[in-house]
Amino acid sequence: MSLMHDIDFTLNGVKRRATVRADMSALDMLRDVIGLTGTKYGCGEGECGACTIQVDGLSVNSCLLFAVDCHGREVVTIEGLAEDRSSTRAAALRDAFVEHGAVQCGFCTPGMMMQASHLLDKHPHADEAAIKRGIEGNICRCTGYKKIVDAIVSVGNQEKGV
Amino acid sequence: MAVAEKTRFIERDSLIGKRIVKMDAPEKIEGKTRYIHDISLPGQLYGKILRSARVHARIKSIDVAAARALPGVHAVITAADVPDQRPIGVARDHLPLKSDKVRSQRDEIAAVAADSEEIAEQALRLIKVEYEDLPLLADPEEAMKAGAPVVHEKHPNNVAMRFDYAHGDVAQGEVESDVVIEDTFKLHYVTHCCMGVSGIIAEFDASGNLLMYSNTQVPFLHKREFADYLNMDPARIRIIQPPIGGGFGSKLDIYPFEVICVFLARAAKRPVKLLFTREEEFLASPTRQPVLLTLRSGCKKDGTLTFRQVHTLHDNGAYTSWGATTPFVMMQTFSSLYRVPHCDYHTVAVYTNNPYAGSFRGYGNLQATFAIEQHMDMLAEAIGMDPLDFRLKNAQDAGEVTGQGMSFKSCGFKDCLNTVATRSDYQAKRKANQAQQNTPGAIKRGIGMASMLHVGGGAKIYPSDGCGTILKLDDFANVTLITGASEIGQGSETVLSQLVCEELGLPMSALTVVNNDTAITPWDVGVHASRTTFIAGNSAIGAAKKAKVKILAAAAKKFECPETDLDLRGGWVIKAATGEAMIDLPRLLRSLHFTDKAELVMTTFYYEPPSVHQDKGYKGDVSAAYAWATQAVEVEVDTETGIVRMLKVTCAHDVGRVLNRLGIEGQIEGGVVMGQGYALTENLMIENGIMKNPNFRDYKLVTAPEIPEMDISFIESMDGEGPQGAKGVGEAPAICIAAATANAIYNATGVRMFDLPFTPERVYRALHGKAEKLSWKPL
Repeated sequence: MSLMHDIDFTLNGVKRRATVRADMSALDMLRDVIGLTGTKYGCGEGECGACTIQVDGLSVNSCLLFAVDCHGREVVTIEGLAEDRSSTRAAALRDAFVEHGAVQCGFCTPGMMMQASHLLDKHPHADEAAIKRGIEGNICRCTGYKKIVDAIVSVGNQEKGV
Repeated sequence: MAVAEKTRFIERDSLIGKRIVKMDAPEKIEGKTRYIHDISLPGQLYGKILRSARVHARIKSIDVAAARALPGVHAVITAADVPDQRPIGVARDHLPLKSDKVRSQRDEIAAVAADSEEIAEQALRLIKVEYEDLPLLADPEEAMKAGAPVVHEKHPNNVAMRFDYAHGDVAQGEVESDVVIEDTFKLHYVTHCCMGVSGIIAEFDASGNLLMYSNTQVPFLHKREFADYLNMDPARIRIIQPPIGGGFGSKLDIYPFEVICVFLARAAKRPVKLLFTREEEFLASPTRQPVLLTLRSGCKKDGTLTFRQVHTLHDNGAYTSWGATTPFVMMQTFSSLYRVPHCDYHTVAVYTNNPYAGSFRGYGNLQATFAIEQHMDMLAEAIGMDPLDFRLKNAQDAGEVTGQGMSFKSCGFKDCLNTVATRSDYQAKRKANQAQQNTPGAIKRGIGMASMLHVGGGAKIYPSDGCGTILKLDDFANVTLITGASEIGQGSETVLSQLVCEELGLPMSALTVVNNDTAITPWDVGVHASRTTFIAGNSAIGAAKKAKVKILAAAAKKFECPETDLDLRGGWVIKAATGEAMIDLPRLLRSLHFTDKAELVMTTFYYEPPSVHQDKGYKGDVSAAYAWATQAVEVEVDTETGIVRMLKVTCAHDVGRVLNRLGIEGQIEGGVVMGQGYALTENLMIENGIMKNPNFRDYKLVTAPEIPEMDISFIESMDGEGPQGAKGVGEAPAICIAAATANAIYNATGVRMFDLPFTPERVYRALHGKAEKLSWKPL
């Protein structure tokens, strides 16, 4: 239970070390050990997407990933995406979510942003239907998804020059 | 010096109706918003609750010795440790920690405060409870029968509440009718599923003052109630509301976990934070009220409605929360959505060992509308009238005072009906779909409509339905808006700021909102009844108008002209007639401040709507304005699988006036999709008091690919009392969807469905004549 491990990984572009319990999720590590609370607990079972992060360029439910499995990986959280000034896409997504009214209570928003950024990284030409499929694993109870989809579509369109 | 060197003119520019971005969106998008889950106090302990392992049982013994002995445990409490605990809830029938018996699966037995969540959970596992099972009451229809198990000894017949309302004489109405129909409808359990789970942090200071970080939607009511429950002076209780991860009505009552967390903080003498798991959120947060409802309706051949008679059975669950009081709203819809000369409404809410229901966006109106709007289609069909024409014939108009005493000063109902019919091509599509019912092919299309009436100008339920505002302008014309109105994600902070900016001629960037601390903000009833824009909006405007009077008086003195010659625009005092800029506002404010007669511009306003409390017969004009909407739902039914797809929803909402177009669209889209979940996918399955699906895998929320196309129109009836003409809209969009979907399925298949949700299995059974035949009459 209390077996502890030291892991080394890159978090939002910065190399760091953390000491974590063997049974700890990456979500708990981020929130409780490292103190980055932008990643949210919604269900703990990989069903809601509120805890979405990116690991080696893939979007992952951090509640289902062991903290120890972050060892040697590149981890990006919402705090990293928020501070990413090098990517025009990250900036465009932030602006689009605000301008399109994609945020109400905001609790699903960090996970939704991480998923949207991953989706456009992998599929820059995704159409509306593909974008809806792409955020299928992220539950939002406030917005009815429409404005979230609009925001992501608008970023794709900007890049395509539409 | 005071006048701009070169004459400058400022054009009129209004914020009303614009797409104003939500003020807190940038914080939320960057993950910087600190919800209750993200807050930790120095020295904080973690609380956990042990819940019942049985549904209905006597507690024989509780042994907490091993839990108390566990290192890292600071407090373990049971009912025996808090002999002063008082019953909580709407009917004061609920002890936070159970002493004699448990009455439902969620019942709280003991609680632990420990150094970590893990230690607290470990301690819970060390608590031994002995039970003696009691006979179970899981079926509300059995509750009032002789010999039924008794849930609360004080209520031997298991009746928790009754509501009886009447206007006119339904017997007379029946005599006048050419057609009479009667059907029973069954409405299921669903729950809020706020993305942020429930939580609280409680802390006592050295003087015994209690500070709670709480997700409540009604901080001032709760301050008072906590004082009652804890036997404390309300002055010693302060509530801070961190940003809330979804409300939807779920946070209107005080629940055991909140009181228990305070007990833990008191026992441990440390701050205690208690958060639910998602499973706990399903098990121990309230549901929407499940209802069994029998409706008898009549009309004349010419399409005039004659009467409605309604009996409902509310499964109250084991304790009483706001769900039991949904008849307040339900009866309004039966009595007043259409002109009905004779109406009779009865509810009995019975105790069972099931989960208990709370308030949930729409507050009984989804259930009532589901029955009424199906009957509107059925009556129309029975007399051979087009359902749109039948509705238009009976729809309310401005100027009407209903049998229940509701006075419709602004009413865009008929505009809603006509707009939706035109934009969805309702009549032509309905006929075309009907003609396709018996043609080959498994996929059938249908269109159905439903309308709703809901309070849109507050609801005078509590002694006051008001809201207070304090407005403070600094030396640079930055405004702090201190409002009682809570923000739960709906965008109240943005729309209230917008209203203040509109009065003072300032940009949105000039506003800061303080809205979450009972030690600072003035009183407000809370976020319920779609009231915040209307009530808090009028309050904010009131304070802004007073500030404007003060500013213009100072400017008039300075420029030696009548105040009426001046106005505020673009951050300047201007000449009203020409727009000529006279002095910028910061300079004027400083000239008021830094003089011998120093003055700051600070104003207060308390707005109480001109509504009245209902009398004992539930009659009275309870809201200052009423909101209307019509929605048409188009579906595709796969008759081979029973799968119903929602293709398109066409909505028209009488919102008085659109204030923030971005915000109001978001409310409507979110409400429509919440209604879609109620109609098609969400179903909290309770068997013998046990919840079978307390997780997002088995409780199916709508996801992005399933949402319908949405066509939204706004009817601007310009309410005379509303802020800039606006009325409330928060609950409205969720209300009609299930009813309209039922009518659409009928249009597609010729099969009418009386129970929700329309899952593939239930639809398939109905299409094959195997639907459960519903029939219920009160004993």
